[in-house]
Amino acid sequence: MFAVQTTPCMIFLDFEKPIAELYEELKNLQEIQSKGKIDVSASIREMEEKIEEERKKLYSNLTGWQKVQVSRHSERPYSLFYVQQMCSDFVELHGDRNIKDDKAIVGGFASLEGRTVMFIGHQKGINTKMRQYRNFGMANPEGYRKALRLMKMAEKFNKPIVTLIDTPGAFPGIEGEERGQAEAIAKNIREMFRLKVPVICVIIGEGASGGAIGIGIGDKVFMLENTWYTVISPESCSSILWRSWDFKEKAAEQLQLTAEHMHRNGLIDGIIPEPVGGAHNDPHAMAGILKDVLIRELDALSAQTPQERINARIEKFCNMGVVVE
Amino acid sequence: MSWFKRNKEGITTSTEQKKEVPDGMWFKCPSCKATLLTKDLAENRYVCSDCSYHCRIGSEEYFEILFDHNEFTELDANMTSGDPLQFQDTKSYSSRLKDAINKTGLKDALRTAHGKINGQDLVVCCMDFEFIGGSMGSVVGEKIARGIDYSRKHRYPLMIISKSGGARMMESAFSLMQMAKTSAKLALMHDEKIPYISLMTDPTTGGVTASYAMLGDLNIAEPGAMIGFAGPRVIKETIKRDLPKGFQTAETVLETGFLDFIVDRRELKEKISTLIRLFAN
Ligand SMILES: [Zn+2]
Repeated sequence: MFAVQTTPCMIFLDFEKPIAELYEELKNLQEIQSKGKIDVSASIREMEEKIEEERKKLYSNLTGWQKVQVSRHSERPYSLFYVQQMCSDFVELHGDRNIKDDKAIVGGFASLEGRTVMFIGHQKGINTKMRQYRNFGMANPEGYRKALRLMKMAEKFNKPIVTLIDTPGAFPGIEGEERGQAEAIAKNIREMFRLKVPVICVIIGEGASGGAIGIGIGDKVFMLENTWYTVISPESCSSILWRSWDFKEKAAEQLQLTAEHMHRNGLIDGIIPEPVGGAHNDPHAMAGILKDVLIRELDALSAQTPQERINARIEKFCNMGVVVE
Repeated sequence: MSWFKRNKEGITTSTEQKKEVPDGMWFKCPSCKATLLTKDLAENRYVCSDCSYHCRIGSEEYFEILFDHNEFTELDANMTSGDPLQFQDTKSYSSRLKDAINKTGLKDALRTAHGKINGQDLVVCCMDFEFIGGSMGSVVGEKIARGIDYSRKHRYPLMIISKSGGARMMESAFSLMQMAKTSAKLALMHDEKIPYISLMTDPTTGGVTASYAMLGDLNIAEPGAMIGFAGPRVIKETIKRDLPKGFQTAETVLETGFLDFIVDRRELKEKISTLIRLFAN
């Protein structure tokens, strides 16, 4: 292993304007320094510290909507990045053995510190062309069926499963409907409860509704700090309940869709902290943090019997909901 | 738990507050425009005698259609929704709930009952569309979960009648997790080999379709029912072209292989009791 020199992300979200402005000042100082006439190195150091301070301050207090924005940041790491960073010997496996290979969900075996793990995740594209190719991380039924095929194979060979969730939703299209989008998701949910091997699910970006939960039933479900997970996007919620697209911030707040809310409401098992400034600001550090969590949790889950895990998995989800009698 | 025994008059009077079920003296069929006596329509299982259009009906009517002498035990009859998020859009969720309860006389969007169908035991969970669009929140999920447990305990077959616009947004992720909860219980039922029949009626969409509605040992539907995951408007906006004729209708869903059969409501009881007999013997 070698240390990776990471440079902070220079693509700023609207609420990151104060940071962007400080970087402008920093750039000016660096120019002065490079001319060599005046030594401003002390001011540069000061400015760098100020930027870190500002970033820490800003990210310690993000609103629901701001976290939605961070979760969609174009530089945010996606599933394949994590697998490649955390593991060796990743072999991607394709196809649902029926219709085709869905590019919005990827999967395959990889070695996580010597342990073979089946990784399955939504995959978004890293540039305009790839975003199209990946259908923006919106899977069709064959994506969910590929995921189930790989999960069953992992079970057959007694390998644990890790799913990485990052989708704006299952794709709403004609072919997807005709090929049973709903049936594919429903069957995945039911079958994931019956898997004999450990299953860990991590929301690494967007966790939108059925498209997310279709690979989201696990012994442990975690969310990265700046992600969201609920039944509808804040924009769609705004358009339906407020009959206008203008209430997305309000909808995000009302939906309580952040990792913090989801944990407080007992709907996830834990929050995985992100580096200061979000996963996109230091993807390699993020992958390191995630790797440590996965190793720790897989060790703990491996100590249980399959029946203990299945019982606990079922019981956990069956306790979710608030009713009055 | 309470024991209900209703006569026909009882049913027609209590439907007065309901919007979905025709309530005037006359009924104009939205499909063929024929004018029918509402009384005759009710006798005909709320199916138009001219064109076989299936009117939307609720749990009260389905229980009457299915259960012998309209006798059944309702389970968890008093369960109502909490408001865990204190959700507020243009209106508060708690006041939406109050309004829906007052308007419909229902407690939430699903009722569960155990009764006999041609002498054979059956547990039925039936959704009510008129209660906030038949949306699935914690009550729908919990009642289904308990209905499944009741079926498992007594080894009675289960039928879930779906009629839903999907998830209840005002319960946010709590609503989403009902997909997991209901599917978890169905996983147990699956392993215990107790028959589960899913009847999809107009409309069955969203998270309901993507969980218990599509997980039947038998998935069946009423004629003309709209069945899908995404709504047609969303699909149209996404793909920016018109949808094919008959898209997301029960007839198309049958052709694409996701239904076992389509059943006319007038034959529903016979068909279901035949199936239960076939499973049992
Ligand atoms: Zn008619």
